Amino acid sequence: MIYSWLIALFQALLYVALAPLLIGWVRKVRARLQNRRGAPLLQPYADLRKLLIKEIRVPHTASPLFRLAPYIVFVATWLAAATVPLVALDLPIAQIADIIVLVGLLGLARFFLALAGMDVGTAFGGMGASREMLISALAEPAMLMAVFTLAMTAHSTSLVSVMSHHLADGFLLRPSYLFAFGALVLVALAECSRIPVDNPTTHLELTMVHEAMLLEYSGRHLALMEWASQIKLLLYGVLIANVFFPWGIGQDFGLLALGIGLVVVLLKLAVLGLALATAETTLAKMRLFRVPAFLNLALLLALLGLLSHVILEVGA
Amino acid sequence: MSTHAVLLLAALSVMLALAASATSLLASREPRILRLIAMPLIGFAGLAAVAAGLAALILGGSVTTTLPLGLPWMPWHIRIDALSGLFLLLIGLVTSAIGIYAPAYVRDFERGRDSLTALGGFTGLFLTGMLLVVLADDAFLFMVAWELMSLSSYFLVAFQHENAANRRAAFLYLLMAHIGGLAILLGFGVLAAFGHGFDFASMREATLSPGWASLAFALAFLGFGMKAGLMPLHAWLPEAHPAAPSHISALMSGVMLKVAVYGFIRVVFDLTGQLQWQWGVVLILIGSLSALMGVLFALMQTDLKRLLAYSSVENLGIIFIALGLALVFLSTGHALLGSLAFVAALYHAINHALFKSLLFLGAGAILHSAHERDLEQMGGLLRRMPWTGSFFLIGSLSISALPPFNGFVSEWLIFQAALQAWQLDSGVLRSLIPIASAVLALTGALVAATFVKVYGIAFLGQARSRHVRHARQGALGMRVGQGLLAALCVLFGVLPTQIIGLLEPVSAQMLGTGLPQAGAQGWLWLTPISSETASYSAPLTILLLALIAGIAFWWFVRRAPRRMRRRDPWDCGFAPPSPRMQYTATAFAQPMRRVFGMLFEIDESRPAFDDAAPRYRLKLTDRAWGLLYLPVMQAVEAASRRVVRLQSGNVRVYLGWTLATLLVLLWIIS
Repeated sequence: MIYSWLIALFQALLYVALAPLLIGWVRKVRARLQNRRGAPLLQPYADLRKLLIKEIRVPHTASPLFRLAPYIVFVATWLAAATVPLVALDLPIAQIADIIVLVGLLGLARFFLALAGMDVGTAFGGMGASREMLISALAEPAMLMAVFTLAMTAHSTSLVSVMSHHLADGFLLRPSYLFAFGALVLVALAECSRIPVDNPTTHLELTMVHEAMLLEYSGRHLALMEWASQIKLLLYGVLIANVFFPWGIGQDFGLLALGIGLVVVLLKLAVLGLALATAETTLAKMRLFRVPAFLNLALLLALLGLLSHVILEVGA
Repeated sequence: MSTHAVLLLAALSVMLALAASATSLLASREPRILRLIAMPLIGFAGLAAVAAGLAALILGGSVTTTLPLGLPWMPWHIRIDALSGLFLLLIGLVTSAIGIYAPAYVRDFERGRDSLTALGGFTGLFLTGMLLVVLADDAFLFMVAWELMSLSSYFLVAFQHENAANRRAAFLYLLMAHIGGLAILLGFGVLAAFGHGFDFASMREATLSPGWASLAFALAFLGFGMKAGLMPLHAWLPEAHPAAPSHISALMSGVMLKVAVYGFIRVVFDLTGQLQWQWGVVLILIGSLSALMGVLFALMQTDLKRLLAYSSVENLGIIFIALGLALVFLSTGHALLGSLAFVAALYHAINHALFKSLLFLGAGAILHSAHERDLEQMGGLLRRMPWTGSFFLIGSLSISALPPFNGFVSEWLIFQAALQAWQLDSGVLRSLIPIASAVLALTGALVAATFVKVYGIAFLGQARSRHVRHARQGALGMRVGQGLLAALCVLFGVLPTQIIGLLEPVSAQMLGTGLPQAGAQGWLWLTPISSETASYSAPLTILLLALIAGIAFWWFVRRAPRRMRRRDPWDCGFAPPSPRMQYTATAFAQPMRRVFGMLFEIDESRPAFDDAAPRYRLKLTDRAWGLLYLPVMQAVEAASRRVVRLQSGNVRVYLGWTLATLLVLLWIIS
């Protein structure tokens, strides 16, 4: 009992520790694809460290919520991540929250992120919040539909059951999983503010969404916000990697199983990072009002997945 | 404690509400009576109702009695079972908070010209009406109480009648309430005809053919759905609820709509007997429509109270989706799942009562101290009114269904019920229910957008007008009233297992099945079906959130340097921003307005480039008006123009018509 909670704690810390690495990897690959040398792989850690020791500057117009929000965003994102199996399957922490609670916790983080954007009372913050809420409003149903497809297949909304069900199934190609996979990838791009929905490197006023909400943050507040968004990217990466390709994840708590689980998940994430960097190099950012069409495609895929499950697979 | 205590407490509650009414009669002579006696009496009536409701839920069973009132051959029947107990609890909780809040709020009216007697008197009667609806055990008392509730709330909507818009809203409300009341009466007529009696006990015994049962269902759905503000019969709600004083808006949105839900449950689940899955489909479709359109309209509003009223349409839609799921599952023989959806509906009903009342009281506090309802004039209120701001934040988080607050638990339960759709045999239902849950997910995300807008525009940023900049903290009573509801929102979110334990007797008594698994893993774990299927632990979520937050705070604040400086907003290096440069509520909703534009009638005019005094104008109308209400209105008007021809002014012609009608009626009877 205690041992399994310790592993859960270890896994939660692993999320915090690995998140900057993933973003560093994506940036590095992208730089190489663009014929640049790029920053070192560990640069995001250095950035976070620098931000953490820097002085904080808070606008005159900010309310207490402005200073509270980074903690809530970070903590909610982290708790959401901690419930997703990373290296081992049957952890007690996964019982606390199923997929719907996970989406809810991410929603809580987003709510405070958007409020923080509006708190200072600048034009950009409001713009970012408004756009973020539009994107999330369209992405969230697609996300829930995709996970519902998985949940209905496994007859459970617990991620552990979904993964075990998939493992027990063997390499069975279900059409509904293909659709759900497509939908979840599109949603992940939108939710993590990646190209083609948002550009994480932009500071061009009229195109930014996520960055616009963070515009007034500095010091450790900014570090927490950045870290939270890196954890979110890792969370979606793990979700896609471990739900659709769960093979290799540790099924018991032996050291060997955990070690294999860690190596395998790192490999999966490296491949996903490669794919993300390639996509970001070859695609261009869309206009804001093209995003609904993009997310409607995700919703359509998710619905097709659900319907193909309900119609083709339930009776069979 | 015997079961008679339940009856006594309920009677005490009604008596106190009537006493509040009676003492208000003196308020025209001595205005302070309203504040010092009548409003506290309302609060005590609420407390008594809470006690009665809790006692009924805990003791179980049901108590009945007859009152020596009513018609000679038809005394009034009273019955308190678990369902009545739950709704007594709901009415009581909100009313107690309003009893604390209202004394400070009505103080403003003491200086005004509006009649205080009307305000206090009709508030008491309104509460009496709602309590009696829940207690009634025969159609006669039910209808009397129902009309008492409708009529007294009409006078409360028309309270500030100098304003023509309020008069118009009140008339529309009266009209719709009566059409709805007529439908309910006819529905009872169908049931009474088969049950050979107007008391609910004989209606329960009746066996109806599926056709007649469906007719009774349709009439009940029309009547109660109209009162509950379901689309497309919602048009009165966003007009009437904001027109009343804010604590009355809270009662109307938070409680009266729930009384309509109670009536619907009572008639359909309790009285009609054999349930049919087609009814569930109708509920799911209409509920989804209301939820989605309600929240989209809420998102587009700039009047805070109107926005909250539209959001009530959305929440009632969610409750009816859950009731529809319950009907589908129950009628196809999945008793446990039906019970789950039913409990989810009740949970959401009580949640909505709590957070919507909280939000309306918050809007009232803003109205009280800043005299403003328009979001475009607000801003920065969190720093002016920190308590109201914090409570409103809790309300916003709860209504946006975010963990660990109460709205999340009920929506989670609804999702869990919907996800069991694979157990159904019919492929159509198996596909319909997940699509309805997609609509529910979209609704949830849009609600979050709506309340980010409300909170961000009203409480954050900088004040957009002078009177808002100088808003003052409300009186203590107003803060305590909101605080009580906010605490309940948190409590209902953090202890779902206990709350479900409280709701379970209702489902066990009405449907014959409770949720035996819900708390089987101990109070920490909510497992509605089984621990493998789904689990949620709100207490542990809170605990872990707090733990991680504590560690993070300790780590970053205690260990890291504490330097912090205040500065001007950076804003990409432009000049220091003025309040006018902030995003407005209209601007915030613009992307959604564009994406969902086809659902509204939008009349927008942008200024020209060289306009010296540029003005942006936007008018957004409900398509329901053009599609449903105006045609009906025109038809009624055309018909009445024809009928007017009979009015010749000649008494002999009138007498002739009377005689002819009499003969026709006699011919029909014989």
